[in-house]
Amino acid sequence: MAEFLLGAAAFILAMVALGLVRVLRGPADADRMMAAQLLGTGGIAAVLLLGAATDERAAIDVALTLALLAAFAAFAFVKARSAPANGEVRTDDQP
Amino acid sequence: MSVVLEWWTVVAVVAGAFFFLAGTIGLLRFPDSFTRLHALTKADNLGLGLVVLGLLPLVDSVSAGLKLVCIWLLVLLSGATASQLIARTFRRDGSPS
Repeated sequence: MAEFLLGAAAFILAMVALGLVRVLRGPADADRMMAAQLLGTGGIAAVLLLGAATDERAAIDVALTLALLAAFAAFAFVKARSAPANGEVRTDDQP
Repeated sequence: MSVVLEWWTVVAVVAGAFFFLAGTIGLLRFPDSFTRLHALTKADNLGLGLVVLGLLPLVDSVSAGLKLVCIWLLVLLSGATASQLIARTFRRDGSPS
């Protein structure tokens, strides 16, 4: 069973790495962000599979943290591209 | 572990890996940004969901299983919200390429 789970984790990681070609090709920034989001989800799946294969319980906590970080990354991207909210002061130069 | 549960794990993890394959192909091959977003959310929700369902028989405690399901629910919530927000940036920036 462990070999099967390791193989599945390797397959999912390979797929996600292939998806990163979209980061190179673009064209919009949001397309690149979508590839990063797929990396986040695929990374969660791979960590869970590796944790089950090696009987490592802490892997579930790692996956939970990764899920939170992926969510924050997507929201930070959208926030950085949106217009400032009412009364919001931004410290960086980029609109 | 009984044979039925072992087969359940194999079938569900293979189905989840298939959805990651489909999501990657869709992200690379689909013509515009909205369809690519559609392919991405299938990989997010169904791919991870089937992997989590397949791993559920392998956990040794109820709390670990609940944590697995919580990860899936968190990804579902954040994925749905982020997809809406990303699609809104496409609409504001003009027609997607």
